[in-house]
Amino acid sequence: MLDVVDLHRRFGGVTALSGVSIAVRQGSITALIGPNGAGKTTAFATIAGFHRPDRGQMRFLGRDITGWRPERIARLGLVRTFQIVQPFGRLSVRDNIAVGAHLHLARRASALTEAEAVARRLGLAADLDKPADTLPIAGRKRLELARALATRPRMLLLDEVMAGLNPAEVAALMPVIREIRDGGVTLLMIEHVMQAVAELAERCIVLAEGRVIATGTVAEVARDPVVVDAYLGEGAAARLADHHAA
Amino acid sequence: MTRWGARAGPPLLLMLGALPFAFPSGFVLTTATLLLLTAILGQSWNILGGYGGQSSFGHALFYGTGAFTTALLQVRFGWNAWVAAAAAIGAGTLVGAAAGALVFRQGLRGSYFALVTLAFAEIARVLVASFDITGGGFGLLVPLHRGAASFQFSDPRLPYWIAWTVVLAGVLLTIGIERSRFGARLAAVRENEDAARALGIAPVQVKTVCTAISAGLAATAGVLYLQIFLFIDAANGFGVGVSVQALLAPILGGLATPWGALLGALALRLMAEMVHAVAGGLAGIDLALFGVILILILRFAPGGIAGIRLRRDA
Repeated sequence: MLDVVDLHRRFGGVTALSGVSIAVRQGSITALIGPNGAGKTTAFATIAGFHRPDRGQMRFLGRDITGWRPERIARLGLVRTFQIVQPFGRLSVRDNIAVGAHLHLARRASALTEAEAVARRLGLAADLDKPADTLPIAGRKRLELARALATRPRMLLLDEVMAGLNPAEVAALMPVIREIRDGGVTLLMIEHVMQAVAELAERCIVLAEGRVIATGTVAEVARDPVVVDAYLGEGAAARLADHHAA
Repeated sequence: MTRWGARAGPPLLLMLGALPFAFPSGFVLTTATLLLLTAILGQSWNILGGYGGQSSFGHALFYGTGAFTTALLQVRFGWNAWVAAAAAIGAGTLVGAAAGALVFRQGLRGSYFALVTLAFAEIARVLVASFDITGGGFGLLVPLHRGAASFQFSDPRLPYWIAWTVVLAGVLLTIGIERSRFGARLAAVRENEDAARALGIAPVQVKTVCTAISAGLAATAGVLYLQIFLFIDAANGFGVGVSVQALLAPILGGLATPWGALLGALALRLMAEMVHAVAGGLAGIDLALFGVILILILRFAPGGIAGIRLRRDA
């Protein structure tokens, strides 16, 4: 469904992505993980058209989307959320979600109805008339997701929707995400909350220093010494192995 | 929602509609006519500045384009006044679309946008004052030719009511935008451009269309001014005073509200006339007054008149 090949992106002298390839199968939940500064959010921003790649190719639904503007990519059905939530602050929750729904609904009334339905799905029904700015962080994360979902995307790029949530909120959001996938939306998610990754993702892609260092099931990558080193520092995997042996 | 604006607006507009029955001509009617023109100009600015979040400091560009295009077509090319008026509104809309496309493509926002629009209007003012065909330093005088066919009426109530109808149309246009997909996209772009793009909205396109609509309305005010006073010069058409009125009316009355510009125009006119009565014809006194008003609103009532609440509600 999404095929990213050999993506490169530099910011001045800093190389954020050097040859990242990601393939996501239709109907799957894939997690993109890696230590801070690995280039995960840059990868998302580039795939969604917010950064132009220096090199590499991106295909979505069989079309070459390399160099497309973000709004065009979104209209094709590939929609991102933001790690740092970006609500339309002074608009109500209802109006926020309706902006997403307007992507396929021209009539105001239909978009507002759809917004309400999406809000109910995501547990935001009680907050519909509140200004987005007044929601607590968990609410704003849900709003970010609701707005993206209201566009009726084919695929969502979820950037740390679990971050900043307490364990109860994480537990409440997990079935929602599974439901979205069951509704036919393919998901690629950046996530640090490992409980969520382990329970949701069928496949894991590990990014470190702008490169993909491992792919596989969560169990496979967690055992991979390269991955352990990337998180805990060079040689950590070996030291851990010694420690367990002793 | 015990907001002032939504309540005071409709009765005020009705009263203004009935005003010519009490004052069929003379000072009050002329002042009220100017009030309506300021209201239209303010509505125009409110669409771009209030709903679109793009604060123009050069709305005189569109107003002047309307006034000068219709004057030129009549005086230099002998066009019928109504046809010239339609062409002038079209020209204003096009200038708006071109200015918007040019400025927004460059990614200019905030104070840069304000400065560039100011520069555009000033360039137009200087150009118009420099060429004979546009009346140079003297301005353009449309020959007196009373009659409905030439958009000149011996009864001053008729142009007043035409302006009043445009104000009503401006309110309806504003409400229409507020309740449309376009309005939702405009608000989204105003609040957060990146988030809007992520949801499939093209900000440059939305803002350019918004500027074109706003400019068309401003040009309409310019056309009405010309047809009522049959005279336009560079300062009256493209001067900073026009741009300041345009932005002050909705800011004073209530930004991003359908009735704000009308309320603000009323307050502005009343204050201007009072200052005029006290200070006489002191040059530039109204601009100084406008400056003081702007500071006071920003300090004490950032929501404008429409934002003042009758009761304290949550």
